[in-house]
Amino acid sequence: MTAGIPLYDFLIVSTLMFFIGIYGFLTRKNLITILMSVELILNSVNINFVAFNRYLFPGQLEGQFFSLFIIAVAAAEAAVAIAIIISVYRKFTNIDVERVDTMKH
Amino acid sequence: MMDYSFTVWIPLLPLILFVVLGLTSGSVRPKISGYIGTAGMTISALMSYFTAYQYFFNQPTGSEGYSKIIAYNTVWLNLTEKLHIDLGILLDPISVMMLVVITTVSLMVHIYSIGYMDGERGYSRFFAFLSLFSFSMLGLVVATNIFQMYICWELVGVSSYLLISFYYEKSTAVAAGKKAFIVTRFADLGFLIGILLLSYISGTFDFVTLTDPKGTLITQGTGLTFLGASVITWALVLIFMGGAGKSAMFPLHIWLPDAMEGPTPVSALIHAATMVVAGVYLVARLFPIYIFAAPDALTIVAYVGGITSLFAAMIACTQNDIKRVLAFSTMSQIGYMMLALGVSGYGEHNGLGFMASMFHLFTHAMFKALLFLGAGAIIHAVHSNFMTEMGGLRKFLPVTHITFLIACLTIAGVPPLSGFFSKDEILTAAWEHDKVLFFIEYAVAGLTAFYMFRLYFNVFWGKERHYHHTPHEAPRVMTFPLIFLAAASALTGFIPFSKYVTSDSLPFESHIEWMIAIPSILIGVLGILIAMWFYKKENGIPEKMAAVFRHLYKWSYNKFYIDEVYLFVTKKIIFQHISRPAAWFDRHVVDGTMNGIASATNRSSTGIRGFQSGQLQKYGFIFVSGVIILVFVFIYIWFNN
Repeated sequence: MTAGIPLYDFLIVSTLMFFIGIYGFLTRKNLITILMSVELILNSVNINFVAFNRYLFPGQLEGQFFSLFIIAVAAAEAAVAIAIIISVYRKFTNIDVERVDTMKH
Repeated sequence: MMDYSFTVWIPLLPLILFVVLGLTSGSVRPKISGYIGTAGMTISALMSYFTAYQYFFNQPTGSEGYSKIIAYNTVWLNLTEKLHIDLGILLDPISVMMLVVITTVSLMVHIYSIGYMDGERGYSRFFAFLSLFSFSMLGLVVATNIFQMYICWELVGVSSYLLISFYYEKSTAVAAGKKAFIVTRFADLGFLIGILLLSYISGTFDFVTLTDPKGTLITQGTGLTFLGASVITWALVLIFMGGAGKSAMFPLHIWLPDAMEGPTPVSALIHAATMVVAGVYLVARLFPIYIFAAPDALTIVAYVGGITSLFAAMIACTQNDIKRVLAFSTMSQIGYMMLALGVSGYGEHNGLGFMASMFHLFTHAMFKALLFLGAGAIIHAVHSNFMTEMGGLRKFLPVTHITFLIACLTIAGVPPLSGFFSKDEILTAAWEHDKVLFFIEYAVAGLTAFYMFRLYFNVFWGKERHYHHTPHEAPRVMTFPLIFLAAASALTGFIPFSKYVTSDSLPFESHIEWMIAIPSILIGVLGILIAMWFYKKENGIPEKMAAVFRHLYKWSYNKFYIDEVYLFVTKKIIFQHISRPAAWFDRHVVDGTMNGIASATNRSSTGIRGFQSGQLQKYGFIFVSGVIILVFVFIYIWFNN
């Protein structure tokens, strides 16, 4: 299925996804979109794991197991993050990240 | 030989009582604490009498005389193989004699206090402290080594402090307690240095080894000298400084008159009969070292004693507070004892001064305790300390009057009461050794008779004053100790002390030296007659005499301004020129450094706290930028290698 696609292409996609995620994390004001950006970063890592596993150590499965782990952890993290976002909403009546600044000096 | 190990209970029983009474105070009826304390003291006293009887009468004495018996010993602190601090019981003639003195007076004071302290707040606390004091004092006299003595020495200091400031709501009492504690503590500094020097030279704390006349310390000495005197002399002078502080010797006496703020039974027990003679006991305990290794130190002891006795007797003639008169009289009599030790030699008849000192210590404890308890009964009756507010009390207080008269005659040295015998021995010893000291003591004997009878006539004769209520005789529980002590004062003079308590533990024959006794009786009687002429009826003679000798009177009345000298030295010199600069240095330099560090930290944190904006994305941006910079740095390093 991956025949003919070189490893570099996977890496380019994952790097793009990583930086799009970073950009979104740093610029978006909505907490939900920030969470989505974090998911993008995690998934770019997943792509790297799977690609390197496939191309460099085709006889092993550790890389793929790792991505499965990350998917599970990301799901749990999303649940926690959304719970936090809900309580932020209850306290500040919006989810703008710039408003959530009570933990300053 | 009999087993004396039961004597360990003589001091331990009061300690147990202290703990029990201290813990139960407030939860049992006050009277019961009084009875428990007295019962315990009775047992201690009976054990002491039994010990004394066994020791002096039922024990074979060899050619060495009464032996030193270590009845009990346990190692408490093991400093090195050779040097260790023990706790134990040492029985020898002077410690056995002191056991009898302390337990007797303490028992009498306990009985008396049941009546005297009746209805006072802190009744059980009082008895607890009395027990603590009895324990410390008994532990002091039976100490087997100089360090145990030092520990108990400090403990009696603490109990004295606690009892002087017993009425802790009265500011003068608190101040007096502090004064006593600080002055004696200051003196004890010398004592401690002396102990360290002595133990450094000799390598032991043990009294038996230290004071053995054939021991290495005495026969060989050290050869070390400092400022022209041998180190042993220095050590003993410093130890005597501790003794002088406790025994209120000039110039460390200033605490004793103020200590009269405490309850009167306490003054009788601690500040007349027992604790203040601890200094005399200390010198007597180390006497062989003084006489053989440091005769110069002994001369200092003699002169300090002589000066104190004269000085205190002169002050006592003009004081109006009856307890203060007695306090100065105590100082004067302890001066006698110190002087007697100072003029003593060693062995047989040469040791007359030593024997006389111990004899006087014994008789003085009885008659001075009696005087104080009598003064307590007077104060109890008229609610005042001042003899100007008393007069004609002989009708109201018959028992107190008779017993007080006996005590006054005893201290004035009228035969055949005990004071005569002991004072005569002291004067004889002084005559044989040093004529100057003899004449000082001779004059003091006259002054003593004068001021005691001034007190007596002012209180019991003279004009009757207006009293708040008719003075009444004290209850029987208070008069019993008076009668007992009066009997003791009258009769103890017939004890042949030279058979039992001597410098080398060997008995010798002493007899009354009539060439000295008769003039001393005469001057005593003269003092009494002058006092009678002055004070028996109010006739204005004392005022005229005071006007004639007004400078002397003023100096004596103001206690020769010694307190003012102390105040000047401490406030104007020490506080002004040492404490103030030290305080300035502390406040500005030491504190300044610390404050500077704190404010620098504070200022820098104010400067950088703006970074913490609460903006999550700013933090994220800085974090990512940092990571990127690090990545480039690592790549750069990687390619350059």
